[in-house]
Amino acid sequence: MSAETLTTQLKAGLDAPICLTWELTYACNLQCIHCLSSSGQRDPRELSTAEAKHVLDELRDLQVFYINIGGGEPMVRRDFFELVEYSVGNGIGVKFSTNGAFIDTEKARRLASMDYLDIQISLDGVDAATNDAVRGAGSFDMAMRAMQHLADADFGPFKISVVVTRQNVPQLDRFKALADSFGAQLRVTRLRPSGRGVDSWDHLHPTNGQQREIYDWLMANGEHVLTGDSFFHLNALGDPLPGLNMCGAGRVVCLIDPVGDVYACPFVIHDEFLAGNVRDPGGFSKVWKHSELFTSLREPQSAGACASCGSFDACQGGCMAAKFFTGLPLDGPDPECVGGDGEVALAQLAAVPVVLKPRPSQDHTKPERRLVVT
Amino acid sequence: MSTDLLNPLLDRALTLHPQVALRPEPFGALAYHYGNRRLVFLQHTDMVAVAGALSQHATLADTLEACGIDRRRWPSFTKAVESLMKSEIIVER
Repeated sequence: MSAETLTTQLKAGLDAPICLTWELTYACNLQCIHCLSSSGQRDPRELSTAEAKHVLDELRDLQVFYINIGGGEPMVRRDFFELVEYSVGNGIGVKFSTNGAFIDTEKARRLASMDYLDIQISLDGVDAATNDAVRGAGSFDMAMRAMQHLADADFGPFKISVVVTRQNVPQLDRFKALADSFGAQLRVTRLRPSGRGVDSWDHLHPTNGQQREIYDWLMANGEHVLTGDSFFHLNALGDPLPGLNMCGAGRVVCLIDPVGDVYACPFVIHDEFLAGNVRDPGGFSKVWKHSELFTSLREPQSAGACASCGSFDACQGGCMAAKFFTGLPLDGPDPECVGGDGEVALAQLAAVPVVLKPRPSQDHTKPERRLVVT
Repeated sequence: MSTDLLNPLLDRALTLHPQVALRPEPFGALAYHYGNRRLVFLQHTDMVAVAGALSQHATLADTLEACGIDRRRWPSFTKAVESLMKSEIIVER
């Protein structure tokens, strides 16, 4: 079977997700200006420990191999270790994203003693100035301390997870060197205008010139750097990047949010992409297999305005979330289309006197802190 | 006999890595290696049957025979097995 046939099959959906993200809580000690889930305050309707374990039972029965746990800051939850241990004990590996605030000497040892556990420390700059401008004062030192604790505890190759921004594109080599210095693995992913990113995207997203730089860098670093297959919109620049060249939303990917809502992907926390809730009768399995939304996402999608572009097979029209939250039609170019069609579409949108761009359905930003993007 | 049928891999005793799980899918199966965290697509149901049966037979050739794989297709199976050995989904026993 060719790669193309496999992609066609995957687009029609699988019996269970390959890549499931589970944001355990909206509570967070940080309030990053690009947070895809607008996290800060805990939602009182958060799934209980028993409900979370029930979801894990379902995922075990669906033979989900591993889950990506995020937040918020997942380690804020008092039952964090209990849930991770329950998951791994049921044959579901865990990869979790953290800002590192709660990884001290003792926690690092505990984490290092567990099998099938991967850790991603979020870092968006190789220096405090670049990182803290996005992730908040003190967050660079916090992440560096956590990494040192993990290294001291012989955790092994943890991951450093970077959201690529206009400000840190010139630092890609230094991120790689930093990861190498810890024996860690570098993961870089695409910035989306989701959550609080709706308001910071204009300021943070890479320029069109930088897209080429990112592409060349990824081609040169190949399989040594993880990307979550998130840069497939760059494939129109040449040979395809490693990984699946498709949008996995609702097909091989989905998100369970802290209150059990199931969205098509982590970057579309909006009512329009809400498929159901794990608390509904039939649970997660029914949502995954039978929800109207996921069923429609698994049908052949129209290339729309991109149909006449020779690069459509390469870039697949880009990212659904990036289009949606910048106000662009889903069957047209990605706002960061490397052919420049996204910029044109955005300029046309800006020329319209009143445009109602979708806003994230939820905001958990702590009220006491104003977020100022300079 | 074509030279492909002399591939020394055919005489090896193989098995799925003990840390590998297979999940059946319409196109074949997903194989996940809990040790090295690799996720691999087995893109044919015959390949899934062969991978699952490896440990029950003395050699790869015996496995292919037992799974009723036509000899003309063996070269493509040895190629697939070689690739799965690179990601340690399949190992020698």
